[in-house]
Amino acid sequence: MSARRFLGLLRKEFVQIVRDPSSIAIALVMPVVLLILIGFGISLDARDVRFGLVDENRSVESASLYQSFSNSRYFRPSLFADARAAEAALMRGDIAGFAVLRGDFARRVANPLQPVEIGIFVNGVDANNARIVTGYALGTIEKWLAARGRDRGHVVTPPITVDHRYWYNPEIRSANFIVPGLIALVMTMIGALLTALVVAREWERGTMEAMMVSPASMTELIMGKLVAYFGLGLGGLAVSVGLGLFVFEVPFRGSWAMLLAMSSVFLVVSLALGLVISTVARSQFVAAQLSFLVTFMPALILSGLMFDIASMPRWLQLVTTVFPARYYVSSLQTLFLAGTVWPVLLPDLAALAGFAVVLLTIAVVRTRRSLE
Amino acid sequence: MWRRIRSLIVKEFLTLWKDRKSRFVLVVPPIIQLLLFANAATFEVREVDVGIWQEDRAALATELLQRFEGAGNTFRVVRRYDNPRAVEDDIAAQRVKAVLHVGQDFSADLLAGRPARLQLLLDGRRSNAALIVQNYAAQIVERFNRERALSASRGASVNVETRAWFNPNYDSRWFILPGLTVLLTMVATLLITALSVARERELGTFDQLLVTPLRPLEILVGKTVPALVIGFVEANVIAAVTVLAFGVPFAGQVALFWVGIVLFVLAAIGVGLVISSLARTQQQAILGVFLLMSPATVLSGFTTPIANMPDWCQALTRANPLRYMMELSRGVFLQDLGWSLAWPQLWPMIVIAAVTLSYATWLFGRKLA
Repeated sequence: MSARRFLGLLRKEFVQIVRDPSSIAIALVMPVVLLILIGFGISLDARDVRFGLVDENRSVESASLYQSFSNSRYFRPSLFADARAAEAALMRGDIAGFAVLRGDFARRVANPLQPVEIGIFVNGVDANNARIVTGYALGTIEKWLAARGRDRGHVVTPPITVDHRYWYNPEIRSANFIVPGLIALVMTMIGALLTALVVAREWERGTMEAMMVSPASMTELIMGKLVAYFGLGLGGLAVSVGLGLFVFEVPFRGSWAMLLAMSSVFLVVSLALGLVISTVARSQFVAAQLSFLVTFMPALILSGLMFDIASMPRWLQLVTTVFPARYYVSSLQTLFLAGTVWPVLLPDLAALAGFAVVLLTIAVVRTRRSLE
Repeated sequence: MWRRIRSLIVKEFLTLWKDRKSRFVLVVPPIIQLLLFANAATFEVREVDVGIWQEDRAALATELLQRFEGAGNTFRVVRRYDNPRAVEDDIAAQRVKAVLHVGQDFSADLLAGRPARLQLLLDGRRSNAALIVQNYAAQIVERFNRERALSASRGASVNVETRAWFNPNYDSRWFILPGLTVLLTMVATLLITALSVARERELGTFDQLLVTPLRPLEILVGKTVPALVIGFVEANVIAAVTVLAFGVPFAGQVALFWVGIVLFVLAAIGVGLVISSLARTQQQAILGVFLLMSPATVLSGFTTPIANMPDWCQALTRANPLRYMMELSRGVFLQDLGWSLAWPQLWPMIVIAAVTLSYATWLFGRKLA
């Protein structure tokens, strides 16, 4: 490997990057757009749920329950005279669910020996949201009943309450755990798109073959590309982390050196992955589909960013282990929220380093072979 | 004129099908994505590893904790603790997702008539799963409370009957798959259209197309029809798999679904054509598709409800055709949506299709001049 030739190749790559704005757009503009739109778009924090109350009782008691729904920060309740009207609103999607207070509601509340009967109906299409809304509605009703019972001096069995505490994310902000995961997603796409698309284009135009007949060796060619795009990728990382800290106000509790180390290894992995894709695909259409399939989708679904890996079927849990994004997501979430926890970070780093070695080797071998 | 259009359509189909790899990526990725998504994209949690830190040995506390151990496939008690240090270490190292803590004064509180606290310590790094765990835990404790109140036969108890309409078992697949059908259709349609013009532009054949007797509108039709056919077929195949292989019900009218899909695919083609006429190279077109597709997925309510988003995000979703078809598809699959209730989803897609397609025609015409 000659240093002069290598520097020359590096210069060529940088000139290419500067001339073609699309690679700069991938590395620096894409993170901003993706992080802002997806970061604000994904939210599990239910708020202002439109909820109906069918009041067949029209008493002081039912009005008081309505009031406590209004006071809750989760609900924006509306009153319905009968269940049919509420059903129609549910069909239209105007409300997420409704509760029915029967005609004898007040009488039963007043009599501690008779259980109060309430029906809660939710739109189950979005199962997760339906479960959350049901839980909130139940909680609101029970809190109101308990307070009501105390006011009337009923002897109540003291309840057991659940006092939950979220470590590392006490206000349970979705952004705190989604944004570190999104940074991993963005870095995956930067790495793979940069190399997969750019190199696929070189194959399509035949400039790759032209380079191969030059005195530069295959390793030099690949290293030149990697180093140039590595620089761009680090720029993307800086932009993403900056957005995470200052726009989404996610705390950072780990060590910066470790962040840089993990990200560098991961960047090499995704750049190498892109190279492999480009040698397999050779056409930009196929390269685009493939990178979407092996980068974006797994990073979104199989990385633990959105969905819990431990809850997936066994065979799928095995599948997740072959996608590098999983390890990077886990270490980013830990670095941002928990700190430098070695039992989490070291296995992740080891896995990523393994991927880097394997993918780089495949890239070099495949590129050399494809010449024949 | 019809002959001209027909030969253009035939040519477009041939370009896609003659390449083995292009053919492959039209068929295989959607299948793989469907398989992965259907199994991975669930908001249920199963076999959550939890620890128990019991400081009060009273019978009631033990009984409550046994409820968690007995909660079969939801919780799996893997560790027991006697000091906070070990709890901290294990949560940090992700050995357990949550720890149930019963403090020393648990039974004393109950005897004194005060509410007793069961502390639930959760790993906030996985807030998504943690939220669900918290929800399950609250349900277990609530049932426990109700049974105690009943057996003591005092206190205002409440009988709540809950029902989830259209999805009685709260199955998240029923929610994810009708949405995924639409999402995969959009990806395929966008890539086909965005790349078809960009590829011709890059190869220089688009200029050749422009000097043929074809008028801009005819070029538009020629580019639209193949993508429409492929998108429509793809949507139907995925929908069939969703119903036949994954057991999601199809409660509504097939005709309404078809009308929705046609309008939606037309809107997607319009968007794809606009991207491709703005892009100078295939690479830029692919980038455009990527940059559009990833936020469009999130801003369609595919994974999390639109109602949870900040107001400016909700406003943005109105320009997203995926949002309307996502809602329509779920409505048709699960709740047998009628035509009148579907109209609020149908007309925005007509508007989006009309605007983008006429803009694309105008761009074709302008290139000519």
